[in-house]
Amino acid sequence: MSQREVDFQVRALSFYYSGGLQALKDIDLVVYKRAVTALIGPSGCGKTTLLRCFNRMHDLYPGNRYQGEIIFEGRNILSREEDLIRLRSRIGMVFQKPTPFPMSVFDNIAYGLRLRGIRRGSELSDRVERALRQAALWEEVKDKLHKSAYELSGGQQQRLVIARALAVEPEALLFDEPTSALDPISTAKIEELLVQLKETVTIIIVTHNLQQAARISDWTGFLMMGELIEFDTTDRIFTAPREKLTEQYVTGRFG
Amino acid sequence: MAFMKPEGLTVKLRKDPFDLLFQALTALAALAVLALVAGFFLALYREASLSLGHFGPWRFLTTANWDPVAEAFGALTSLYGTVVVTTLALLMAVPVALGIAIFVTEVAPGPLRGLIGGAIELLAAIPSIIYGMWGLFTLAPIMAEHVEPALQQSLGRVPGLGLLFQGTPMGIDVLTASVILSIMIIPFTASVARDAFNLTPAVVKESAYALGATKWEVLWQVVLPFSRAGVLGGVVLSLGRALGETMAVAFVLGNVHQVKASLLEAATTITVTLANEFTEADTDLYLSSLFALALVLFVLSFLVLAVAKVFLLRAERRQAR
Repeated sequence: MSQREVDFQVRALSFYYSGGLQALKDIDLVVYKRAVTALIGPSGCGKTTLLRCFNRMHDLYPGNRYQGEIIFEGRNILSREEDLIRLRSRIGMVFQKPTPFPMSVFDNIAYGLRLRGIRRGSELSDRVERALRQAALWEEVKDKLHKSAYELSGGQQQRLVIARALAVEPEALLFDEPTSALDPISTAKIEELLVQLKETVTIIIVTHNLQQAARISDWTGFLMMGELIEFDTTDRIFTAPREKLTEQYVTGRFG
Repeated sequence: MAFMKPEGLTVKLRKDPFDLLFQALTALAALAVLALVAGFFLALYREASLSLGHFGPWRFLTTANWDPVAEAFGALTSLYGTVVVTTLALLMAVPVALGIAIFVTEVAPGPLRGLIGGAIELLAAIPSIIYGMWGLFTLAPIMAEHVEPALQQSLGRVPGLGLLFQGTPMGIDVLTASVILSIMIIPFTASVARDAFNLTPAVVKESAYALGATKWEVLWQVVLPFSRAGVLGGVVLSLGRALGETMAVAFVLGNVHQVKASLLEAATTITVTLANEFTEADTDLYLSSLFALALVLFVLSFLVLAVAKVFLLRAERRQAR
């Protein structure tokens, strides 16, 4: 933890779903650059809700409301004036289940690049290859680039989706339980990948798997019922938490 | 992921007598439908065999002459009308139906979705004879006085294309029938397309948004390709419906046995011929020829439905992955 450059600063963030349910209560949190930050907590604690604030995913559904600020690259990305298309091209997201698009492996990766107006064949194929190499998938798919993405295995599909997000060279990647639908071997590959990726991108990951948080993250936030109970280095959270609730949760006494 | 096969594990299910009876009853119900379909085919074939034997199946299909007085019967006039009217109706209905489906699934704000979706399905509840009456008394005069002359003035002057708009605009013709038919099948096509669009998983759409795609890009590049097979299946199902529609078309098509290139000419379809002429069929050959026409429609609809089924199955398989 030599570098401590701040990437996101969350200040007094509250979030209300349409219908008025308050899912996040007054959250303050710092996400450091080039580190893995894990969000843990029991089901329904608000960790996924928090994750989806960083790329304003909640805006896809009407009636949701934010309060407070998330400062990223010098501006409050929760403001009304924020250009969501631009924001989302800076902050990628990977979901629980692999979500390849109904097109070839190549076109999946090229999708985000084409959205940004990159059309030249040579540049496209260079960047597709680079992204696939970054996601440790190149060797496995280099002969299947023009086959449907659905022909890949679940673990490969998830790495494809990561490669798709990496191709547009985002500043940060959000992971929403990215391994919960995968077998242990695929899970190990993805964990290894995440640790490598933090050299170039900031990573925020929501996980149900405490061992996973302990293995791969540098910082951990523990949430319960919409509140951030504790935020600290992963070492401290798992070995010497300050809060009683955190200790009970990480030692498996509830959850 | 492989599941372990439990070796040597046998499960004995106790056979309940009521269960067996229930199974037998449901199987019987299902088989009854199959028997009915086979029965329809056989009955049609038997009645049609006199005509098919007399003219020969191929000649019957390809002769554009239907003259009860001379006892000369060929299916081509009715077949041609059926194909042209339904194709034209589909061409007009599909873009509108897709627009409706896109609006209700992706564009309209929440509360409006259910409202518009419901309203469109209500359109499907209007009996077809009412469409026919409205077509005859309201649409046909409008077509004759305004739409068709305007078409003749514009498209009618384009070389080649002009052939489609020759003749005196009477309003009782292929074009008017196609418009009525397209209005009739829009609700059905729209609701099948809407269901197909809704099959696109929310997370796949969210993934595209998460890459910075706009609504239009998500729709065009993710939702439409994802639901292509389902939408195509829906379109073919609509085609099946359009093929069998009788009443709406009968009012405004003119019921004339002729094959003309112009859309402003009267024509007839298989269903319209059947509805009009059974009461007039005074000879065995006439009657048998009508049955042969029915057989042609039966086979045509069967093929169309089979194609639709293939598309829909492919859509479901994609969904299952």
